[in-house]
Amino acid sequence: MHILLNGETTATTAETLSQLVIELSLEKRMIAIERNLEVVPKSEYDNTRLCENDRIELVHMIGGG
Amino acid sequence: MTDDIFKVGTYEFKSRLIVGSGKYKSFEATKDATEASEAEMITVAVRRVNITDMGKESLLDYIDPKQYTILPNTAGCFNAEDAVRTLRLAREAGGWDLVKLEVLGDIETLYPNVVETIKAAETLVKEDFQVMVYTNDDPIVARRLEEIGCVAVMPLGNPIGSGRGLANPFNIRVIKQRANVPIVVDAGIGTASDAAKSMELGADAALINTAIAEAKNECLMAKAMRDAIRAGRQAYLAGRMPKRAFASASSPTEGYIWD
Repeated sequence: MHILLNGETTATTAETLSQLVIELSLEKRMIAIERNLEVVPKSEYDNTRLCENDRIELVHMIGGG
Repeated sequence: MTDDIFKVGTYEFKSRLIVGSGKYKSFEATKDATEASEAEMITVAVRRVNITDMGKESLLDYIDPKQYTILPNTAGCFNAEDAVRTLRLAREAGGWDLVKLEVLGDIETLYPNVVETIKAAETLVKEDFQVMVYTNDDPIVARRLEEIGCVAVMPLGNPIGSGRGLANPFNIRVIKQRANVPIVVDAGIGTASDAAKSMELGADAALINTAIAEAKNECLMAKAMRDAIRAGRQAYLAGRMPKRAFASASSPTEGYIWD
């Protein structure tokens, strides 16, 4: 399946957001995910199934003023 | 001074210095300077994770969210929609509801787009964010943002990263005199005297990033800013003497030995 991950077309075998987070080794990072412009709460990662062409934004905190 | 608490929204701080975490050479430098500043609140930016090059460490490995109040910002947003999306993501990431809203007008001046700022503030307040809002040094806009329900209004001293000090001290004072929420001077502070001056004008706090991060000795400048904020605040609370057109002798003008 292909998704649009942070603006890049990306192939993934993950079927849920939880699996995507593990695939990217981000389990321990403080991140947030937006799926098709809606923020997905962490509690919903298990239940959120990825679909072809889903637009996923995956963000974290960096230095800034 | 121990009971001089900086209250913003439902939060309380002993320090009136808010620091940024941008532009440092390393995470280590960010950590050391932030500790030296004795600030309790630090801004962070929200950005896409670099999927192909993750890096082993992240900012929050060095800046402990249990120790500091993390203030996510919307730096780089040029419209209300992007700013709101960014802060919704930040709240999900760390549970933070105290946020710094900034919507910029153009890349060259980094001046705020107040129209989009107002739109974003309205949405965020409705969604129960506690919004600290970066804006122009315009007393009318400042009041509007307060009316919307922002918990602090943060007028610029000068453009972001310029280090030029306070362009319009009169406006900072006017904004403060008419405000019922904390006023934070955000952007433009270049050195300790600018920070002290901001506080002497009555600002409740100041937000400083580049002046510390780009100093040759970041930790020493962080301490200078810490002390300047305290000195300026104390001078404001003490109530300064009036300015006079002419001299006024400091020693008694009677009892001279030649009288």
